[in-house]
Amino acid sequence: MTQRHVSITNIIDWPTIIVYIILVVAGWFCVYASSYEFDNSSMFDFSQQAGKQLVWIICAGIIGISILLINYRIYSTFAYVFYGAMVLLLIATIFLSRDINGSHSWLEFGPVRLQPAELAKFATSLALAKMMSAYDFKLQGLRNYAKVIMLIMLPMAIIIAQNETGSALVFAALFLVLYRKGMPGVLIILGLLAAALFIFVIKYESIYLQGENLCNLGMLISAILIIITTNIFIFVFRKDKEMVWNNTKATLGIMLIAVATNFFITVDYIWFVFGIIVYMVLALFWKSIRERRRLYALIALFPIVAVGYCFSADYLFDNALQPHQKSRIHVLLGTEEDSQGAGYNVNQSKIAIGSGQFIGKGYLKGTQTKLKYVPEQSTDFIFCTLGEEFGFVGSTIIMALYLFLMIRIVIIAERQTEVFNQVYAYCVAAILLFHFTINIGMVIGVMPVIGIPLPFFSYGGSSLWGFTLMLFVLLKLDSTRLER
Amino acid sequence: MSVENDNLKDRKDVIIGSMIIIFIIYVLQLINLQILNPEYKQHADSNAFLKKTKFPARGLIYDRNGKLLVYNKPAYDVMVIMNEVQEFDTLDFCHATNITKDKLEKLIKRMKNERGYSKYTPQVLISQLSIEEFAILQEKLYKLPGFYIQDRTLREYTYPCAAHALGSVGEVSQRDMDNDPYYSRGDYAGKNGVEKYYEKTLRGEKGYEILLRDARGRLKGKYQDGKLDKASVPGKNIELSIDIELQAYGEKLMRNKIGSVVAIEPQTGEILALVSSPNFNPSDLVGRQRGENFKRLNNDPLKPLLDRPLMARYPPGSTFKVVNSLIFQQEGIITPETRYPCHHGFVFGGLTVGCHGHPSPLDMRHSLQTSCNGYYCWGLKAMMDNKKYKNVQDAFETWKKDVVSFGFGYKTGVDFPNENRGFIPNAEFYNKRYGERGWKGLTIISIAIGQGEIIATPIQLANYASAIANQGYWITPHIVRKIEGEQIADSLLEKHVTNVDKKYFAASIDGMEMAVKGGTARVAQMDSITVCAKTGTAQNPHGKDHSIFMAFAPRENPRIAIAVVVENAGFGATWAGPIASLMMEKYLNGKISPGRKALEDRMVNANLIPSTKTPR
Repeated sequence: MTQRHVSITNIIDWPTIIVYIILVVAGWFCVYASSYEFDNSSMFDFSQQAGKQLVWIICAGIIGISILLINYRIYSTFAYVFYGAMVLLLIATIFLSRDINGSHSWLEFGPVRLQPAELAKFATSLALAKMMSAYDFKLQGLRNYAKVIMLIMLPMAIIIAQNETGSALVFAALFLVLYRKGMPGVLIILGLLAAALFIFVIKYESIYLQGENLCNLGMLISAILIIITTNIFIFVFRKDKEMVWNNTKATLGIMLIAVATNFFITVDYIWFVFGIIVYMVLALFWKSIRERRRLYALIALFPIVAVGYCFSADYLFDNALQPHQKSRIHVLLGTEEDSQGAGYNVNQSKIAIGSGQFIGKGYLKGTQTKLKYVPEQSTDFIFCTLGEEFGFVGSTIIMALYLFLMIRIVIIAERQTEVFNQVYAYCVAAILLFHFTINIGMVIGVMPVIGIPLPFFSYGGSSLWGFTLMLFVLLKLDSTRLER
Repeated sequence: MSVENDNLKDRKDVIIGSMIIIFIIYVLQLINLQILNPEYKQHADSNAFLKKTKFPARGLIYDRNGKLLVYNKPAYDVMVIMNEVQEFDTLDFCHATNITKDKLEKLIKRMKNERGYSKYTPQVLISQLSIEEFAILQEKLYKLPGFYIQDRTLREYTYPCAAHALGSVGEVSQRDMDNDPYYSRGDYAGKNGVEKYYEKTLRGEKGYEILLRDARGRLKGKYQDGKLDKASVPGKNIELSIDIELQAYGEKLMRNKIGSVVAIEPQTGEILALVSSPNFNPSDLVGRQRGENFKRLNNDPLKPLLDRPLMARYPPGSTFKVVNSLIFQQEGIITPETRYPCHHGFVFGGLTVGCHGHPSPLDMRHSLQTSCNGYYCWGLKAMMDNKKYKNVQDAFETWKKDVVSFGFGYKTGVDFPNENRGFIPNAEFYNKRYGERGWKGLTIISIAIGQGEIIATPIQLANYASAIANQGYWITPHIVRKIEGEQIADSLLEKHVTNVDKKYFAASIDGMEMAVKGGTARVAQMDSITVCAKTGTAQNPHGKDHSIFMAFAPRENPRIAIAVVVENAGFGATWAGPIASLMMEKYLNGKISPGRKALEDRMVNANLIPSTKTPR
């Protein structure tokens, strides 16, 4: 192993650092703007949010520089130690922390409050990278999958127990890393399809097209989606055009019968649509037996499981989710109109952003954020301040910076020679992508309200330090790519 | 372990691709929110800005002598922004505003059903609280987020008179709002009379102040220190040409009678009095009792809301003979010396138009003095059948143009929103009725004596008296003399010249003077002043004849021209004449001479409302 000595300032990925600094500083300005109340309190007043944020930023700078100076090998070497310590800390937090709105996720050290969940992402990423970079590790076989999924799910479960569902969901982002490392894409598609079916069933659960509890729209859409997906599977995996064509003919035939039947007696269309699914399942099994191909039978399992899932989605929705989560989902889906309740946040944040218009109202001139219309405006809803005061132009520029940063991290990930580094880099990219998608998505009203901060931007030390830690460890690891 | 050359490299493109797709979707949503949808901006403004309307004081109204007639008093509307309302003690609220809980629910329901209702902007919940009720509510307002008080002004009247002329002010209708974006729900506007015609002058211009309000509804001061606020511009004051004492006197005389009195200053066209009877107190249509009173008045069989001077349509009867005498002279049909026979009427062929006993034959002056029907039937026949015209149509059109030049048949252009144009037929009208060759002078003989198809409004009759008084012209009648800091419209000062030359007037005016001195209009005689008048008795299908009287005085430099109509009261000389005469005396002398007190009492006390019309 030859060691070339390259100064860290030369090899470090400056574009990432520059974007990081821009985002942090812009965030600080927005924190000041959103806590500003027409009485010119200074940005450096340390009793105010902006002043505190400045302290967190300086600390974050110290953390970043320290990471660049510390030997990079500790992350790989102590990955499981970090992970284990983190799990213990997360569990301890449940018992040590005060109840803050039902959540037990904050550790208090005098004036400083820390949220260990923010650091758990970092530790889990390291552990995942460590596991997947093991010499004999391949993302194949039930055992390996189980190990990886257990690794991801453990902190997730503890954080759910802390009643911080939002932070827990972030760990789902790590499946994107698995995808990059070989998990079949169809699993991601199935995951998304499951989400889509869930949404349709819930959203249209009380709409009936034929009146009197006949032909539930949610079920109808879901069934049609299942039929289409099944045929796509047949086409993609078996290239069996003939069977798709037969299915189409059968569908048309059954629908004709359905219409004809309804001339005489009213029969729920749902039964006919399910009839189509039954026909396809039987046809698939028949072909599987006749041609001795297991894949047909596997495809046939999909509609069966999917239909079962749809029927249980209602049950899941009613029993698995907490009332405030149900309500948030309903508001997002537009099935619940309540501009003062759960919808209030989203409504006000859309108003604030929308009122910014093209170039915004100008720095410190936003009325919605100043007059406290938007809740949690310095933390989860910080993007509102940006949207209101800097308009479309400002919001798009900041979003573009995030996009640049994420793509840059993917590029960094791809240029790694060590699996550990690459997996870790993808973890950072996936977590950023999740935060970006959910946070901005909820603020602009296209995602449910899940309380997670906007990386580097939102007020708060834990979040800023957590992301700084993740990013600078990545930069440090990246800076070693030529040491070979 | 180092990264192998795996076949999964393409997956980074999928990952980058999904990042870009999410970015694009979010940019599209931002375009939707920030660029395509101005609604969010409005929401934000209605969130953060409490735009408090500042209503200007409505212009005051004075009479021609500078007496204040109409002024403003404060009232308070309870406004509510439903979106901000939280649970509140309804019982307490009802107690403070003096309404029942039931009524409150009804008011809220009604408010929500209004077109243009929005839960984000202030809506009128209860209108016109008195200052006492306001004081009680004001103390509780801090417990009632979402409720606001809006200052308004209501009209107050110094005299219980001239309700029709002044008009009233009421809440704007949906149509008003559609027609003029200036108005918003709950605003007030003139509904009729001067208040409506001069609405834009009187109303001034609304202003507003923009207050900042935080999410809990607390006011945080003025937006940009009030830089964007707009002060309200008060309405302009108006001086009417009405003499309120004369008006009040006219209303007193017309008590218990149905009809109109219109008095005009001939030289200027200024309306001195405009009495519509039966009438009502203008204060009845102010404030919260407006709706109830309006309903009561509207259901009254005597139609007190009808603005009779401008809208009631009557055949002018014998008063019309004066214009005929003038036209026949102008068109060379007669001279004042032309005599026509009349033995208890006009008899020709099978047709008889009756007349009363008087010497025969008569010249024109005496025909006016005695109000001879026969004279004018002969005159009209002579004109219609005159060979100098191509045919009867030609003759009739000539006659019609002359009549119209006295202000008949079309709107006079008076500054009121609701004038009726009356009716003067044209040749086409008769062609349609009788066929082109189916009519001649005899067919339409009743128009000679102001009956038949001829219809005039009281204001037209007064204007007609004015045109005779001026000997050949009239100024558009108008009720507004002066507007603060503004000229009155030129159209109101326009001089309309009649088709009849000045030189023909003297003889006809002689006849009118003779009527007063020793003819049908003797009752109008005053000691010191030469009065010229003409009686009229209009037959009508609705019962007893209408009593009509038209006059001006003095003969030289006339200062007042007047028309009086008393419905279903009989001869013009009996009721309309004395009323006209007393009005003129009151105006010219300022008082009624002691000798005429008895006449005055008789007029004031007479009840001439037909028993069939009295409300049961």
